[in-house]
This record gives sequence, C-alpha cells and structure tokens, in this order.
Amino acid sequence: MPGLGTLYGRGGATTFLMDLEHADLIIIQGSNFAENHPVGFRFVTKAKERGAKVIHVDPRFTRTSALADQYLPIRSGTDIAFTGGIINYVLENKAYFEEYVLHYTNASYIIDEKFVDTEDLDGIFSGFNPDKGTYDPATWKYELDESAGGEASQADGSADDAKGGGTSPTTGGHPAHGTKRPKKDPTLQHPRCAINVMRKHFARYTPDVVERICGTPKEQFIDLCKLVVANSGRSKTMTYCYAMGWAQHTVGVQNIRAAATLQALLGNTGRPGGGVMALRGHASIQGSTDIATLFDLFPGYIKSPSLERGEDSFENWKKNWAKPTGWWSNWPKYAVSQMKAWFGDAATAENGWAFDYLPLNTGDHSHMPLFFTMKDGGVEGLILWGQNPAVGGQNAALQRAALGKLKWMICQDLFETESAAFWKREGVDPATIPTEIFFMPAAGVAEKPGSFTNTMRLVQWHEKAVDPPDDARSDLSLAWNLGKRVKELYKDSTRKIDRPVLDITWDYESDDPHERALGEPDAEKVLREINGYVVATGEHMKTFADLKDDGTTAAGAWIYTGCFPAPGQNHTRRRTGDGWVSLEWAWAWPANRRNLYNRASADPDGKPWSEEKKYIWWDEEAKKWTGYDVPDFPVVKPPSFRAQPGAKGMDAHDGTAPFLMQEYGVAEIFGVQGTVDGPLPTHYEPRESPVPNALYPHQQYNPVLKEWRRRDNPYHAIGDPNYPYVLSTYRLTEHHLTGAMTRWNSWLAELQPEAFCEMSPELAVELGIRNGDWVTVSTARGEVEAKAMVTGRIAPFKIGPKQWVHQIGLPIHFGYQGLVTGDSANVLPPMVADPNVSIHEAKVFTCNVRLGRRGASHEGPTWLPVPPEEQTPLGTPKRGGRVESGSAEQVDHEIASPSEIMAGARRRHDLDHQESEG
Amino acid sequence: MERVADGVVTESAMGFFTDVTLCIGCKACEVACKQWNQLPSDGYALTGNSYDNTSRLSSTTWRHVAFVEQMDREVPAASRWMMMSDVCKHCTNAGCLEACPTGAIVRNEFDDVYVQPDVCNGCGYCVPSCPFGVVAVQPKSGVAQKCTLCYDRQKDGMEPACAKSCPTDSILFGRVDELRVKAEARVANLRAQGKEVRLYGVDGEETRDVGPLNAFFLIPDRPEVFNLPPKPVLPSRFQPAAYTAGLLAAAALTALGARVFRRAGGAA
Repeated sequence: MPGLGTLYGRGGATTFLMDLEHADLIIIQGSNFAENHPVGFRFVTKAKERGAKVIHVDPRFTRTSALADQYLPIRSGTDIAFTGGIINYVLENKAYFEEYVLHYTNASYIIDEKFVDTEDLDGIFSGFNPDKGTYDPATWKYELDESAGGEASQADGSADDAKGGGTSPTTGGHPAHGTKRPKKDPTLQHPRCAINVMRKHFARYTPDVVERICGTPKEQFIDLCKLVVANSGRSKTMTYCYAMGWAQHTVGVQNIRAAATLQALLGNTGRPGGGVMALRGHASIQGSTDIATLFDLFPGYIKSPSLERGEDSFENWKKNWAKPTGWWSNWPKYAVSQMKAWFGDAATAENGWAFDYLPLNTGDHSHMPLFFTMKDGGVEGLILWGQNPAVGGQNAALQRAALGKLKWMICQDLFETESAAFWKREGVDPATIPTEIFFMPAAGVAEKPGSFTNTMRLVQWHEKAVDPPDDARSDLSLAWNLGKRVKELYKDSTRKIDRPVLDITWDYESDDPHERALGEPDAEKVLREINGYVVATGEHMKTFADLKDDGTTAAGAWIYTGCFPAPGQNHTRRRTGDGWVSLEWAWAWPANRRNLYNRASADPDGKPWSEEKKYIWWDEEAKKWTGYDVPDFPVVKPPSFRAQPGAKGMDAHDGTAPFLMQEYGVAEIFGVQGTVDGPLPTHYEPRESPVPNALYPHQQYNPVLKEWRRRDNPYHAIGDPNYPYVLSTYRLTEHHLTGAMTRWNSWLAELQPEAFCEMSPELAVELGIRNGDWVTVSTARGEVEAKAMVTGRIAPFKIGPKQWVHQIGLPIHFGYQGLVTGDSANVLPPMVADPNVSIHEAKVFTCNVRLGRRGASHEGPTWLPVPPEEQTPLGTPKRGGRVESGSAEQVDHEIASPSEIMAGARRRHDLDHQESEG
Repeated sequence: MERVADGVVTESAMGFFTDVTLCIGCKACEVACKQWNQLPSDGYALTGNSYDNTSRLSSTTWRHVAFVEQMDREVPAASRWMMMSDVCKHCTNAGCLEACPTGAIVRNEFDDVYVQPDVCNGCGYCVPSCPFGVVAVQPKSGVAQKCTLCYDRQKDGMEPACAKSCPTDSILFGRVDELRVKAEARVANLRAQGKEVRLYGVDGEETRDVGPLNAFFLIPDRPEVFNLPPKPVLPSRFQPAAYTAGLLAAAALTALGARVFRRAGGAA
C-alpha cells in the first residue's frame, strides 16, 4: 500500500468499485479480478456493456482474460518494465495531461542535484550503502527555493526506514523539507525537474525492450499504449486494477507506484472512471491494515514508535511524524486521541499520554523474521487468529517446523486447520513435538456481529443471525475474555510494568443478557471507541476534524471517525444505494469520501474538466466545493487560495492542491519520501529468475530486498539449470486462501477437489507429461505433487530470438486437513521480501517439474541444523545487496520454440500411429 | 398471455436468460443451487477437463458450468475461454413431462416443468425422454430430480438461488417475454460491437420439437460447442411412425400366424 500512499497520500484504493462502470478503459494487471473478486467484477462487465474496453495483462490466460476484450501475456515479475514502457510511450509522445501534471503532480519540481539515477549508476540509485544493503534517501529530495521564506526541516531527514528495516510509512512520512518551498519549472524544461528525471529514467523502456523482457508481442504492446492515450484526458478516463499479482514481489510496492505514476501523468486519478483500484483479497484485509494487524502500525496508519528511530518519548515520536505542512500536521491530534481511547484517564499530558505503556519496536517483527526466530527457538507462545501459516506461509515446511518449537499455541478457527494439526502431519512423530495446543472453535460470520472493511475502504456492518454452536465463540470474545482474565490476574500488582494491563480500557460488556451469558462482548461498543468520543461527555465524535491534541477527545482510529456519529446511528449499517456513488450505503473512510483526491476532477480554477467527467467542482455562489461525492478537500478553500511562504499545516497548500495528505498537496511521481527502494520504479528481475536482468546486467534484483540466507531457506542461483522454469502460485474462485473454510465444505470441495499444476502443451510435450498425470514440482525448499493440467491457456514467453521461458502455475489452496487434501504449493517458494512492506514473492520463483509422484520426504531442508551465524535474531533483517547477474552462457541455453516442439510432437504422434497401424 | 393454474394468476411464464458472454465461471450458481435445494456433492475427483469438475447436469447438480477452451497459438487474439451455466430448459413441449406415466411431472403455475417428488415412482421414463440430458433418477431418494426453477422460492416471491447469486447477471430471472426483449437488445448491442452471437431456445431450429425454452441462452458459438443439441428431438416425434410400424408389424404377424395355423389345420 505504500505504492499508493507515497504517491497520492493514502494507502487505499483511490476509487470505488461502482465507479468502474464510468471508465472508458479498464486495465487489469497483477490481478485475476474475475476469479478472486467475482462480485466486484460485476462492475467491469457493466462497464463493458456500456462500451468500455477491458484489457487483461497476465502470465496466465485466466477467467479474467476470458472476459477481457484483449489479453496481453507478460512474464511473471516484469510488470515494471511493462508499465514503465507505457510511461515511456506517454512521455516520449507528450501524451500526458499537461495541465493536470503541471498543477497536481510534482512533475515541475526540481530534484536535488546530488540525486543520481539508476541509468548512471548501473542499476542503483544514489545513496546506496553496499555494506548494509540499504539506501540513504538523503539525495532523493527537491532543490529548495532559498529565496522564499520558511524553515528547513528540523528533523533529520535521513534513512529512518532504511535503517529500521521496517515498513515505510503507508501514508505520509517523516518531514522532508520543512516549510520551505521547492524550486519549480512550470515550463518543464529544466533537466532536473521531476518529469525530465523520469523521462531519462524510463527512456530505455521501449516496446522492443518490453517485448524482450516481458515476452509481450511488441505490436500488441504499442496498440495498448495507443488505447491508453486515447482513453485518457479531459473527457475520458481509465482505471488501473491490481491485486496480489503486483504486491507479492520483491518489487511489489514499486509495481504499484508505476501504475500510480502513469495514472497521475495521464490525469486519471481523483476523477470518475479513473484512479487505481487496489483489489483486496479477502473480507476485511483493508480493515486489518486500517486497524491494525501490522507489527509497525497503529490504527489509522500511525506508525508505532520505534526505538531505532529514537522514538523513546511522546515528544520524540511526534517530532518524527507531525509534519509542518499538509494533513499530517494534525498527527498529534490523532495520536493523543488514540492514547486516550486506549488508556483513558491514565493518559495525561504530564506522562506523555502514557507513552511509556507502549511497546517500542526494536526492528523488523514482520511475519517472516518472526517465524525464523520461532524456528530458532526464540518464541514461546503463539495465538493464531484467522491465519494458517502451515499452508499459507512461504517455505511452508519451515513454518510448520517453527510451530513445533513453540511451548504453547492457541488457534481459534472454524475447523482444525493444518496449523492446528501440524503435529500430526505426514512424516512427523507427534511424540517429538513439545508444543501444547489449545484449539478454540470460532464463530462463523453469521454467528457474530461486526464490521468488514472492503476493498474500497467501505466499512460495512453485519448482524448476527444465529448463536454459534456449542463452545464456538467470536474472535472478539476470545480476545476480550483473555484480556479480562489477564487483568484479573494482575489486579493487585503494584509494579510499574503492569500498569498498561491494569489501565487499558476494556469496557465492552454487552447490555444484552443473552450475549453476556455467552461471554460475548458488544462489538458496537468497540466500534464506538474506534469512532471516538468526547472524553468528558461520552458524546460520539462526528468528524476527525474535531479531534484534539489536549486529551479532551478519544478515538481508536482517526480515519474511522464519523462512522458512528451518535448512539443509534451506526452509519456502517446503512444500505441505500443509488447505482453509483451511493453515499448512503454504509460508510467509507475517510469522512465517507468514495473517490479520493476528487478535487482533481476539477481544473485548477475549480471547473469540471469536461461535462462527461463532472464530479466535484467549486460553487462560486455558495463559495464551497460541491458535487456527487463528499469533497476530499477543505470545503470552503477556494481554488484561488495561494499558500504564503512559511505557512504551516493545511495553509501551506494552494487551492489547487488535491493530494492533501502530501507535503505540498501534489502527487509525487518522483517519490521524495516513503519508499526505501528508490524514488522511481525500476525493472529488476525477481529474486529467483531463469534470466539475467536485460536492463541492468550488473544489478540482477532489487538491491535492498529482504532475504534470509540460511540453509533451511536456500535460494536458487540465477538461471540455475536445475530449476529452469518459472512458477507462480495463485488462487481459484472455488477456494478461499488456504482452504481453511472451503475445503471443509462439500459443495465447494467438489468444484476444485485436487491440487493441480497448470502447464503449457509445449512444456508437457517436452517433459512427456499428459493431462491428468501426476507431476512433482520441486525447489530447493521441498517438493509437491499435483495432477498436470495441460492447457493452451499457459504459453511459453519468447524473450529473445532463440530464448523461451516456460512458466507453470500451482493453486495455493491445498493442505493435509479437510474433506479434500493435497500438497501445499507454499512448500516451494523461498522466504524473501519486498523491503517496504515485507511482503513475500509468491508470484514468481524458479522450480523444476518431473513426471511422477513425489517421494515420502518432501518438506526440504527444514531438519538441517542452522548454525548460529545464520540464525535470525528478531529485528535484524539481512539485505540483498548488489548482485551481479549470471554470466551469459549460464542462462543462454537454447530452447526450441513452441512451434518446433509441437511439430516434433505431431511427428512423434504420427509415427506412433503408423507403428500401431502397421 | 395470461394463465391460471392452481388459482394463481401469472401473466407470463417465468424463466431464465443465461448470457454466456457475461459468465465468469465462478460457479456461485452451482453452489447456491445445491445449498438452497440441499443437494449432496457428486464426489471429489479432478476431471482434468479445464475447470469443470462436476461435468454434467445430474440428479444432484441442477446448475452446471461448462468450460470451453478454444486457445489458438497461431492467432492468439482468437483465443477464447467460454463458460456457460447450463440448467433445465423448462421446455414448452417437455419430453420428460410427456413420458411421465404417473403424472408426477407437471407444468406449474409459473409455466415451469416441475417434478413432484411425492408422486414420482422412480420409473425413469423421463430420463431418456429429455433431449438435453437434464433429468436423472437419484439412487438414494429413488425419484427423478432436476431444476425446479426454485418453485418454493418463486412461491414466496423470491428469485431462484442461482440467479440471486450470479455476480455478473449472466443469469437473469424473470418473465420470459421480458427476458426475451432484454436478450434481443443484448444481441443487438454485441453485434454492433462486431461479435457473433445468437440466442438459443427462442425461435431457432432448436425449438422445432421442444418449442421455445423458458430457460434460454445467449451463445457466442454454435450450440454443439456448449453441448446443446442443435435440433433436440422429442421421442414422441417417433410415436406415429412407431405406432404405425407396430401396427404394421402386428398386422403382418397376424397374417403370418393365420397362414401358419391354416396350414397346420390343413395338415391335421
């Protein structure tokens, strides 16, 4: 999500699903929209009915491709080359939306002369520290206008994130430039203005290079570029849709940035039928990042304090995050209100709002380092809620082994998942597992009330229909009762360290005697705390604009403030739609705005860009912004408003600055903050690839990716002949994630009953595999068996005159529990991560395939003892560093073209027939 | 037209319009159907035939999504992967209904073909009489089963479970006359975009015997591609010929018998 957050200001989809209907062109890339978001795809088919064109760019021909007007193949892991190619086309042909780009992006801002691009440093940006494998982004900034007033940044703008190795700020970042203004060149002539830096950066992303890297036919690519340009501008808009196919890469964040950059250049964001639609894969994945399952984020995208950033007191924390200009000048209001929500009267101005109650981050505590530490014996206990790492985790065998090092584990789920039953899996003697496991049956969705925040930031309440069976209870009930019992245990403690447990607000007792008898708390009371209230009166907060930094207000997550503005007025319950914006259907954060940055739907003077794309405009008579949505802009700030030098807060933004979360209110197509792997997206090969980086021969993969070189997590060399094929893992409509809910349901299990491996007829012929045969897919991490599904929907990629890359695919849904079982594809991928958000690279790694079933021991080298120097103490990620690409002969083995292979197969077939006939 | 059945007045037959060009093959219709009608699964085996693992309409699968892969390496742009949610056609002249000796299969007040499970004796005559291979006898219940067009839901004014669950409106439920208007408009729209599509079950050759279908389809290829018979034939079409043949055979046998007996009598 920093992909969107760093560019536009907020880490959420910029638009909403119903708005897809208003697009003239929809590009779906890095997403299997129809299969994984079938309900939302309704609006794509509606757009098609209205005459919009739908394009699908994907390594596989999927059910989404089936419904698209055009399908373009792309080799897995090369999306930046592809999108960068479109960016290059747009820049070279001056096809960008000039007025939009000039006023609403930082295209005209002049970049610091010390910044050096990858084109001049052979694949890395300036500021790279080869020892640490991190960047110091000090040079990724603007040249400041010294003649105008204002103060320079008081905080040290150096590489906080690179140093900490945590995720970058999802929205905003540390103060970069103080209140000084950057130098600009409105003529866009200056060689160092952002758009020219970008032009130079992407100059080599030509259609020929795109064809060579991505395997996308050049003509098809050029046609797409023309279509993109023809469907953007004053009266036309296009939407970009993406999902895990972009995120799950070591360049995941930059994949998304590339599309966000393109949409900013074309002037599509903040406008109807435009923007970037981030498709979330399951029910409340947006909600779980909003409120807040990530190790380094508090609710509302407030970064939790980090010792490595020196955030050891409220003041030091505030110094790093409260920005002088832009929306984040409000940071103290949100942080203080949050502390009041959590610790009530115990949070006072004198004690830094109970800052000392907070655990401080000491490093990277994301999923992968956590499981390595667990495997090395560094974690005692684990509570698993809604997660099944034994199937869903990368290098799943390692994660299963890690669970076996715990003393105890609580797992609350609907069924006994693979993670709950890891101790009795194939090849394991339960007597050797010391872990004590408490399995708590969970209530299903219809058995508990609560909210879901869906893909378009829409918070929707759901009611309880029936009581859960037997001892099953909601997740909330377990958390609440656990908290109550812990509080009870500590109630007589006088120790200072126990104060947080004693002082935390925990009053969610239900008023309904029936629910009380079940031990269920009142979920709506939790929502009330999230929404916020006036501390003195208990009155619900109506908008986050009313939150204060003096301790008089409390709010659990400022971005949700307003969803529950008064008792009995839970807006997330609303269900009145109008077929489009539907402001009366539930409630979307922030402030019920549906299309974010919608001030950009009007020109700098506040008039709609065109009648067709009218959305929000300045009403000169009423002196306010108005339109079909809630304006994402100070409602009474006129377009003519100009920021005075040295102005602070929102006054530092002009009336023409639609991206109000950003430092200067403009989209940052040159990323001056937030991403730790460069200010511009750059093509790198995946961590494991059969081919060298054609663009930067001396920089194979993301130089700052997170990796863990351990003997139980081995990586394949570039072009390793033992692992010549590319593998993508993915999901099917018929199952949900690890199958924890769906493989136990006979109606769903029959629809996709067995693990399969999709492969092209060309590869199948080469390997002597027939449709339905058992095949074994192997990596250095382990091997899995599946039935071959030989289909023309998979095709090899031609990436050179004589070079082809074969790709295969495995769904991730199977495991050893449930009505239908099968090997878990996630045994195969390595643990390696994007440096910004620690997301894994499941969408592309290398493997081998052979005919036949696997052996008995398939879980790879997890049993190998890991020497101390390879172990992973929590909080010290290792970095990729600079890695030379493989030598040419290593990877340039000639592979016959598909037509040659097929011709050979036909000849063999004919011969067989002649023999059998003869 | 207005029809009266069981005292309930409906102005038009109720049915399905299934648009193959909108189907994303999610199979929500299959699952919603099985859940509402409490039908068991058909077992867990991978067929290897694209993403189709339920294979056919059966006594326990009343909606079935067929997957048709037409991948073209020579002309990649011509590649297609089509999905079609198949269902009982609820024919105007239903073969199953004609064949049913017990009167278990009736035409209900919504003009849909309905098997009354408490009347059916499981003789199975309906099974070969359906030119679409829809109806089948379920071994456990011992009665013929097929799509009821959610008769119970319709009685409560609700649309059938499959149509309700279809995310892209590939399955539309409603008055057949209104659905036909929508379908014609859709055909015109797609043809204007240069796509070759046709309706199946409105007035084509396929309706010669079975008449217009209450569950009809928009298909982007020949019917055979979707396992739909181009000219479904009712067994009753052969009845006159069969009776004539039978009568002729009987007459011939009688004549033969008489002759044999006369001879035998003569000899005695």
